[in-house]
Amino acid sequence: MARIELDGLAHAYRPNPQKPEDYALRPLTMTWQDGGAYALLGPSGCGKTTLLNIISGLLRPSHGRVLFDGRDVTDLPTEARNIAQVFQFPVIYDTMTVHDNLAFPLRNRRVPEPEVRVRVAHVAELLELTGDLKNRARGLSADLKQKISLGRGLVRKDVAAILFDEPLTVIDPHLKWQLRSKLKQIHFELKLSLIYVTHDQVEALTFADQVVLMEGGAVMQTGTPQALFEEPEHTFVGYFIGSPGMNLLPCSLESGNTDAVLLGTQTGAPRLPMDAHLLERVRGQGDLTVGIRPEFLGCSNTEEIGTSETRVLPAVIARVDDLGNYKLATAQLGGYTLMAKLSEDAQVQVGPGWLSFPAHQTKLYSSSRLVR
Amino acid sequence: MMKTRNNKAWFLVLPVVISVAFSAIIPLMTVINYSVQDIIGPDQKVFVGLDWFKEVLRDPDLHGAFLRQLLFTLVVLAIEIPLGILIALSMPARGWKASLSLVLIALPLLVPFNVVGTIWQIFGRADIGLGGHFLASLGIDYNYATNPLHAWLTVILMDVWHWTPLVALLCYAGLRSIPEGYYQAAKIDGARAWATFRFIQLPKLSGVLMIGLLLRFMDSFMIYTEPFVLTGGGPGNATTFLSIYLTKLAVGQFDLGPAAAFSLVYFLIIQVVSFVLFTLIQRNSNPTATKQGTP
Repeated sequence: MARIELDGLAHAYRPNPQKPEDYALRPLTMTWQDGGAYALLGPSGCGKTTLLNIISGLLRPSHGRVLFDGRDVTDLPTEARNIAQVFQFPVIYDTMTVHDNLAFPLRNRRVPEPEVRVRVAHVAELLELTGDLKNRARGLSADLKQKISLGRGLVRKDVAAILFDEPLTVIDPHLKWQLRSKLKQIHFELKLSLIYVTHDQVEALTFADQVVLMEGGAVMQTGTPQALFEEPEHTFVGYFIGSPGMNLLPCSLESGNTDAVLLGTQTGAPRLPMDAHLLERVRGQGDLTVGIRPEFLGCSNTEEIGTSETRVLPAVIARVDDLGNYKLATAQLGGYTLMAKLSEDAQVQVGPGWLSFPAHQTKLYSSSRLVR
Repeated sequence: MMKTRNNKAWFLVLPVVISVAFSAIIPLMTVINYSVQDIIGPDQKVFVGLDWFKEVLRDPDLHGAFLRQLLFTLVVLAIEIPLGILIALSMPARGWKASLSLVLIALPLLVPFNVVGTIWQIFGRADIGLGGHFLASLGIDYNYATNPLHAWLTVILMDVWHWTPLVALLCYAGLRSIPEGYYQAAKIDGARAWATFRFIQLPKLSGVLMIGLLLRFMDSFMIYTEPFVLTGGGPGNATTFLSIYLTKLAVGQFDLGPAAAFSLVYFLIIQVVSFVLFTLIQRNSNPTATKQGTP
């Protein structure tokens, strides 16, 4: 199994990249641990497929190196790299049976036939395909085809990592769940490194040990799903993760005041008390943003007293939507619109109300970066 | 809401029906007429039933022409289809080079058939033709007018030059329709060039190859102008293919009865083979339904 290191890796499609925007993949250095399950998450066009194809060897990077277990594989072609990749659209060989499809990677590598049969049977059992082995691969349903694509990757003994490029996109929703569970099971049993590209955060957060969030060719944050949720390092991470995403409120410092920020630039803008040590750090800096997740923002019609642990501000609750097992309140505060997620039995009405900002979950960002 | 039937639509189709009737159906009726009658003079027509059919099917000259035609078609198909695939595989996939190669490849298809024959006729002449003169300078006594083997080789070469581009263009279009993902997956599976060709490209090309096969079979089985201009059917009757023989019968000897009878048989042969190939194409493009539906 392989530890994958990216050393100063970058990719630009034009020959002479000058500005960061010229790169499809901005220079990055990181290590992917052996046997980990990683999700590459991000909106369309953020560079995650580019990164995946560089790791698998389908694309040669314009700058930097890729190392497997310390060995430089940047110039190695795909077939020499011990990598399997499952694509968004299932790829199977129509003219062959399911068995021959699974055997294909082994036969190409001249593995003796008895061993081929053993390994194919083993993988078929793992993926619950044993009954289908004799069938023609043509005309099967999408999820079976993706299982076969996955099987072709698992059947090789030398595979160090399996890369997935949005593999569940074409699968029916109820089968997606089954396949996802199967992937987790395989990860647990075979201890392979799995790198999973997706733009669906639910998929990423349920699948991965570590999530790599990308935007505009750059890695925004790498961490556990919990870390990305609770401690977003960048306003983009706050915005992208969570449904709905983090409430982001541009703010400014009051001159001479070191215990609150002003939410807004007009006179009479609401003052939100903040930890003094945070405000110390950003003294003199512009472009400040307060961020708080709807899950943590409190909202009610009854007045609450603010404490050093929870700051309370008056606001107007504009609407309350009942979404079954939770309620979503939309509130107006000094020209900003905030969303709050409340429990399903919360008694909140439209009208004047109070928003509570727990100190621990209210984040301050300077130039979009988290201030600690 | 019910679908309304508008029978006025038939009037719109009428002009086409009339022109097809005049240019195809009525002449066909005329041929059938000639095939069952013996026309001795302008007013003397005798109904002879199937006699012409029996006579023409026993004609040894016809058998010869038929066998020659069959051999020609088989040889030409055996060369043009693999060669067309090979050319399509070597053509660039995108960029200005792709456009240039497409234009160059298509040029032989644009030449009128009798000009094709004339080009090769001159090309093959030992005194003034580039090819003929070159072969003569190598010491080969090449003469397509007197040597049957040379005539055959020239006719085959001419047809390959003329029609392989059609197969190449069809296969080129077929290759371009294969998504990149297949090649990427094949790379990851460790498939080399031959395996990629055999398991990805060839299966995906089977549709267009069937069409190419159908077109080339029909056209080569009916071939007339190019060999006629090149060799006139000679030397002797060495390159007298079916339509050349039929034309000699009908126009040369004015033996309309047997000629008409065999025209119908000829027509039938081409229809049957084309139908078989067409059915195969249809079955190819509608694969069998899933054995396991989604639950």
